[in-house]
Amino acid sequence: MPTEKINKVIKHKLLIVGILSLILSFICLFVFNIFFLFALFLIVFIILLVCNFIKVTRKLYDTLGTRLMLFVTVFVIFLFFLLLIILMGGSLDILREESISKIVLSSTWKPFSGEFGLFAVIMDTLIVTAISMLIAIPISVLSAIYIAEYAPKKFRNVVRPFIDVLAGVPSVVFGLCALLVLVPIVRDTVAPFFGYNIGSGFGIFTASLILSIMVFPIIISLCVESFSSVPTSLKEASLSLGATKWETVKKVIFRASGPGVLSAIFLGFGRAFGETIAVSMVIGNQEMIPKSIFGPGQTLASLIASNYNDVSSIPILASALIFVALMLFVVVLIFNLLGFLVLRRASKRWNY
Amino acid sequence: MNRRNLEEKIFLGLMLASVLIVMGSLILVVAVISINGAPSLSIEILTQTSEGNFYLGGGGGFLNAIVGSLLLSLPATGLAFLISMAIALYLQKDFLKPRTSNFIRLCLDILWGVPSVVYGVFCLAIVMALGMTRQSLILGIIALTLLEIPIITRSIDESIKMVPIGLKESAYSLGSTKFEMSMKVVRKQAMPGIIAGVLLGFGRGIGDAASILLTVGDSNYFPSSINDQTAALPTMILNLVGMPDEVVQNKAYAVAFVLLLIVLLISILTRYLAKKSSKNIIK
Repeated sequence: MPTEKINKVIKHKLLIVGILSLILSFICLFVFNIFFLFALFLIVFIILLVCNFIKVTRKLYDTLGTRLMLFVTVFVIFLFFLLLIILMGGSLDILREESISKIVLSSTWKPFSGEFGLFAVIMDTLIVTAISMLIAIPISVLSAIYIAEYAPKKFRNVVRPFIDVLAGVPSVVFGLCALLVLVPIVRDTVAPFFGYNIGSGFGIFTASLILSIMVFPIIISLCVESFSSVPTSLKEASLSLGATKWETVKKVIFRASGPGVLSAIFLGFGRAFGETIAVSMVIGNQEMIPKSIFGPGQTLASLIASNYNDVSSIPILASALIFVALMLFVVVLIFNLLGFLVLRRASKRWNY
Repeated sequence: MNRRNLEEKIFLGLMLASVLIVMGSLILVVAVISINGAPSLSIEILTQTSEGNFYLGGGGGFLNAIVGSLLLSLPATGLAFLISMAIALYLQKDFLKPRTSNFIRLCLDILWGVPSVVYGVFCLAIVMALGMTRQSLILGIIALTLLEIPIITRSIDESIKMVPIGLKESAYSLGSTKFEMSMKVVRKQAMPGIIAGVLLGFGRGIGDAASILLTVGDSNYFPSSINDQTAALPTMILNLVGMPDEVVQNKAYAVAFVLLLIVLLISILTRYLAKKSSKNIIK
């Protein structure tokens, strides 16, 4: 029978690959001294050996494959809770020393003298996120409307890929640009204009500006997507009643794509809230509430980046930073759940 | 001109202004990095590893950072792809009830929103609990894998959702098992989405600085084992910018330019491959 022949060839191939992987694993162990790869190849060998002696039917494949997929899925859900548990466990040390209320309400952050007050940092985080969203939301929603509704098709075909590409530009590149361009502009022009002459250009306002630029591509591409998915008949119905184009946008498109715009804003908020590197490069890294928005500050995420080097000299600091990460995680969790609930309600009401 | 037309004109003006602001600022970012970075790029700087006093004005290039970045993000993307593929296929209606899979999607969305620095701290916390060395290549790979899993899974999941139900049913009616249906029919049909997702994850992984900053450390050589510290492009930019010397700071723009080029290349590759692979799918 030809099928038996094929099976025999396949079996031999499996055996050959198995022996090769065994040889490779020993090479890894004795020549390169990499235990990890040795273990990997050994596992491959054992699996192939087992496959060689068990008759592999399609049913077995199906069961094994499905079980493996189930296992991986459970693993990732487990990971989600593991993240929470490990972060909680890591921050126990600091919580044993000081109460949560003291950490959150005191505003002196002096790791070297054992003071870990986060109030100022939390306030700065709120201010930076709020300013950047205030700048980003109107500008990106308006441009999204232009790109989706007003722009000629050629312009749209060029701009949409361009914005998608820029959504992937690393944050450290944005940070570098802010350092080179925004910091001098804020120092020499914007801050003196508002009567703040002593600044160095590093501050909350600069960080908010670069954050809003980073958030543009995210909000725009999601908004354009949800504006474009509004059915044409809805728009035409409004236009045929004599509404101008802007009135159609305001009264029909905004309502029909409300949930999409909301989720875009939530995503942009998450990015602005948790951005680390670009912010820590331009915010000035001082744990205080500045008197003016041009003064230096510190956000939760950039606090981790700028204090990380001292972890080895102050053991309790690591625990404090893990607590900060836990706060970031919990806030993102709460906002995502809120967004989920709002969206579920909204998509029931705005069901077009 | 009446009030309605005036409103129309005003808002059109505002829209044009905001498009101008957005496009202007984004083009400025690319232009600034290119103009400052391209001149200081040379063959030597790309093909040599850094010498001992690289951060203090010493010679050498940053090949070690390029190799380090690739060694971090390629294995991470591979691992994340295998895990994401399994999850995304399992999220289909054929395997899970919609309620359960929606819960898993919510978890993945939350994981996507988690700032990358949290993954770095998470790895740090695990390592401190186990008492291992604090910074190594393998730790960076783990952090990046965690970062990439939700991104890749959600975009593969979105494209698997688009697979027509008739295609699945015809696979079943020919007698295929669920696993065969997933691997042979759904996988091929969702190929453009899979490629896009993997490359999206790769782009995020290679450009992410926050998680790497806490986990991989720095080194002037190629890592020889997975327990070694390694240099990476994003962390090298941060280290260079932090130095007081202006000549050293200028090297940061060259590194950033290389990083930007890699990311743009990945993005173009995504479009090309997605277009190419979408020829084979059944509409």
